[in-house]
Parts: sequence; C-alpha cells; structure tokens
Amino acid sequence: MNARVLDRTLIYGIAVLLAVWVLIPFYIIAISAFTPQAKIFDYPKPLVPTTFSTETMQFFVDARGVIPSVLNSVLVAVFTIVFGLALGTPAGYALARFHFRGREAFQVIVLATKMFPIAILSIPLAVTFLQLGLYDNLVSVALTGGVFVAVSHELEEAAQTLGCSRWGAFLRVALPLALPGLAAAAIFTFVVSWNEVFAATILTLRTRTLPAQVLAGLGTSPLGFKFAGGLFMALPAVVFIFMIRRYLINLWGSR
Amino acid sequence: MSGIGIQNATKLFGKTQALKGISIDIRDGEFMVLLGPSGCGKTTLLRCVAGLERLDGGNVRIGERDVTDLAPRHRNIAMVFQSYAVFPHMTVAGNIGFGLRMHRVPKAQVDTRVREGAELLGLSPFLERYPAQLSGGQRQRVAVARALVMDAPVLLMDEPLSNLDALLRLQARADLKRLHKEVKRTTIYVTHDQVEAMSMGDRIAVMREGSIEQIGAPMDIYDNPASQFVGGFIGSPPMNFLRGAVRDGNFAGEGFSVPMSRPRVDLQGREIVLGVRAEHITIGADGVPARVLVVEPLGSHALVTALVGKTAVKVQAPIDVGVRPDQAINLRFDEATVRWMDAATGTAVQH
Repeated sequence: MNARVLDRTLIYGIAVLLAVWVLIPFYIIAISAFTPQAKIFDYPKPLVPTTFSTETMQFFVDARGVIPSVLNSVLVAVFTIVFGLALGTPAGYALARFHFRGREAFQVIVLATKMFPIAILSIPLAVTFLQLGLYDNLVSVALTGGVFVAVSHELEEAAQTLGCSRWGAFLRVALPLALPGLAAAAIFTFVVSWNEVFAATILTLRTRTLPAQVLAGLGTSPLGFKFAGGLFMALPAVVFIFMIRRYLINLWGSR
Repeated sequence: MSGIGIQNATKLFGKTQALKGISIDIRDGEFMVLLGPSGCGKTTLLRCVAGLERLDGGNVRIGERDVTDLAPRHRNIAMVFQSYAVFPHMTVAGNIGFGLRMHRVPKAQVDTRVREGAELLGLSPFLERYPAQLSGGQRQRVAVARALVMDAPVLLMDEPLSNLDALLRLQARADLKRLHKEVKRTTIYVTHDQVEAMSMGDRIAVMREGSIEQIGAPMDIYDNPASQFVGGFIGSPPMNFLRGAVRDGNFAGEGFSVPMSRPRVDLQGREIVLGVRAEHITIGADGVPARVLVVEPLGSHALVTALVGKTAVKVQAPIDVGVRPDQAINLRFDEATVRWMDAATGTAVQH
C-alpha cells in the first residue's frame, strides 16, 4: 500500500517535472509574444501577464515576407501530406502485406533516412529528394506501414471469402480501419513539414517557408519578432502532437 | 449442395513443400476434419480450397465445377477464421450481413437473413453492438453466423474454437455439431485437437508433413491406425508402443516377452512394433511383468504408468485399482485389439 503510494508519487513527480521542463519555455515565449514591445525587456518578468497586447503579434504578422512565407509553409505542408499519403499508403500497404524481393532492404532504406543527421544526408539527397519535397514522405511510408500491419490480414481475407475482390477488401476493410492511423500519419507529416528548417533554408531563397523566413531574419530582427515567430511555429506542433498522441502510442508504444 | 474433390494438390512455400500431392473426396453434406500437428499443411489445404492460396499443382472441384483458378468470391464458399476476423468497424448486424450486401441481396432480404442467422447463434440481443463490446465466445458466434447466412454449400472452418477457453470450447463444440446437423453444409474443419476431431467429424483426414496419413471414420482411425504416427496422435493417452520381434510364438523386446495365442507366420523374425490402447490393457495375476511408475486418479478411472522392460506403458485401470508406485504387477493385452506396425516404416501390418 505505502510502496504503491510512493511509486505513484515518484512517477507523477517525475511526470510533472518533465512537463514543467517542456512547458516553461513555451510559456515564456507565449507571454512574451503577447507583451507590448516596450515592456519586453522588463526584468524580472512577471510570471502572470499583466499587460495583454496583440501589438507584438501584429508587428510580426505585418512584417514583410511573413504572410507569404506562412502561405508557402501551408502549401508545402499540404503538398507533403498529399504526396506522402498518395505514395506512402500503397508503399506502406505493400510493406505490411507482401513479401517481395528487396522488402527488407527497402525498409532499411526508409529507416536510414531517419537514422543519420539530415546534415550528413543533405548533400546527396538535397538535389533530388529535398527539391521534390519527397523527403518527408518517407516518414509517411514508415508510419503507414505500421498502420497496415496493425490491421489483421485475416480481415481482408474474410472480406474476400464474403464476396469482395482484392481491391474491394482493401477499400471496404483495410482502408477504413487504417484511417485513424493514416490521419495521424498525415498530421505528423504536417508537423514535420511545418517545422522543417534545414532543407528549407538551404533550398529556398525567394519563396521562403516560415521557418526559413524567421531564421533568415533572426540576427537582425527585434526580440518581439523572435518570440512571436517562435510561438507561431511551435503552436501547430504542440496542438497536433497533443491530438494524435494516442495514435503515436498505438503505433510505436505497443509493439 | 455439393461435394468437394481435391486431386493431387501440391503447394510450395519457397523450397518447402507444404502439400505433397494430396487427394481427398468429400461427400455432399459431410463433415470432414483435417487433423494434424502444426505445420502439417492442414490450414494450407483449407486455404487452397477457399482460394486464398493458389495451388502449384493439382486441382480443386466444388460440386461439378473446377474452381482451381477462381478467386475466393467466385467459389461459393463461406469461411470461419481462427481469429474470427470479425470486422471491428461494423456492428454485429453489419458483420453478419456483409457477405449478403457484397452479393447485392436486396436490403429487406438481408435484414431477414441477418435476423435469422443471429437467432440461430443466439446473437439477437447484440445486433447493434460492436465487436469490441462482445466476449470471445460471442465474436466466434458472429463469425459463424456471418458464414452461415451466406447459404454457401461449402463451409470452411480454420480452428474456430482454438481461441476459446476450455469450458466455452466444450459448449461451442456441441453447438457447432448441432448446427451442422441442422444446416447440412459440406464442411471442412481444420484442427490440431484430436478430441474435437473425434467428436465432430463424420470422417477425419490425419495429416503429417504435407501428406495424408489416413482418412476414415473417427472410431475406425482410433481402432485401426494406419501408422504409429496416427496411433500416437489420436487418443488420450496416445496408443502404447512396444518395440520387439516375433520369435517362437512370442513377441519379445528389451526386458519383456508377450505370448501370442495366434501364430503369426508373416511376422516371424521381423522387427515390429506392438500398438495397444490404454483401455485394452488389464492389470491381473499373470501376464507381462511390469513395475508401476505413477498412479493418476482421474475420477472415472485411474491412469497407471508402468515400465515394461524399458518402455513406459499407460494403462487405464478402475479407480479402485489399489496399486502403488514401485509395485510389481502383471499386464494382459487384449489380443483382439493389438495392432502391429513395421518398426522401420511405422506403417501398420495387415492382420
């Protein structure tokens, strides 16, 4: 009894500590982004925002190049998702269902792109993959593969014995069951794409995405601009990871 | 209604031969059990009949039709899977009616047949539930109902009871047997459980390493196993085997000698194996000397394990047999039930 209470206290204690460790920077960025420019250098910082103002956010949004770069980021993310799912769904399905020649090699290659720091891979990959925006799709393959492994093959076979063709069984059984996982993969792809900095900065000069835009102006822009940009970039990731955490645990935690 | 004919079926998985030229004829309305240890090819054979695997050689006939190259949906079969394969994103009613909808049966008729199927399997109260809200036994019944409402002349079942707990399995076994009597579909039933095979099958095909070892009615296989493998696989406890040779009217092996009242000239001098079932051995005043190893009281009877020479022999004795471990006893084999097998090949010798 007492040992259990102690265990729980420890686990919750560590969980709270971790959460605080992650949340404090977000919190500081958030309140700074909503502090008027004049008060941004105040020290010590009040922990509860005393003066709420959208002035800093307004300044960030109005800055030259920000709106186009947000649009670029959204566009890139949408394309990444569309291509990712269009290529990743069949590829993931094939990985999960068929034993074809080179299956293991393909899996390793998909994994390898995530294994090395992108800086090392950037030179050979930059020309082809990154320009095509195909880089993030490999994540989709890895994710959708897992999604289809989780859908039992016997379900599709049952559908076939009940009157479905191979394709019909995929459409009526495998796809609907994989849909939540595919949605999670899509959102994950979006977050990865939204925050993709390295490739975006070296490959885009004129049509910058948001991270590239923020990074380009990082040295010269005022502090308020940085906070506002930080919040803008972090928010979708936080929201989406929160939304899909159940599926992420399903995909990776339970196996 | 239609029987099933399998001729010379072969199937390769890479370099391993899963089916080595199997031929069976299953009569219309018959309940045929494919029985064997895991990896013997029984499930592969069933999947070949279903069309989920393609044969590498031979052919499959359902009724008058050669279905060897047809897709599952064109074979007029229904199948129950080991994992049940109940669709998690559909209600019980949706699951049972799935096959009918795929065959474009009018909606009113689908509803009627779903209700009938649910009634038959005792699922009526659960029609609007999802599989996640059902117990294992109920899911298994959904799978059976889904297959039965198809009105396909052929029903294929792949170890449908193996995921149920022991008590439920006993109940479901009786239910399935009753259902078969009612609907009289030609059925192929795959199992590794010899009790299931014995209790349900009209006939049993015992399989081993991609071949059929013996086909016959359950009691025929039980009494006259075609080989040492079949005798050892069917029956609990398995058949007892003693290795030896016939010399001068006696069957003698290492440390024992069994007198034979009927001379068997054909067996003279051959290395053979004597097979006898536990219930055909009695403990008496005279006979083959043995030493008791273990006595297991099982309620209705006691199972005595005794050493004959160096071989352990299981004897089914009355519960009040009154023997103790290490006691010297004498065993009498009921000669009419004793079976002889060739020691080298393991196959039965004609008697």
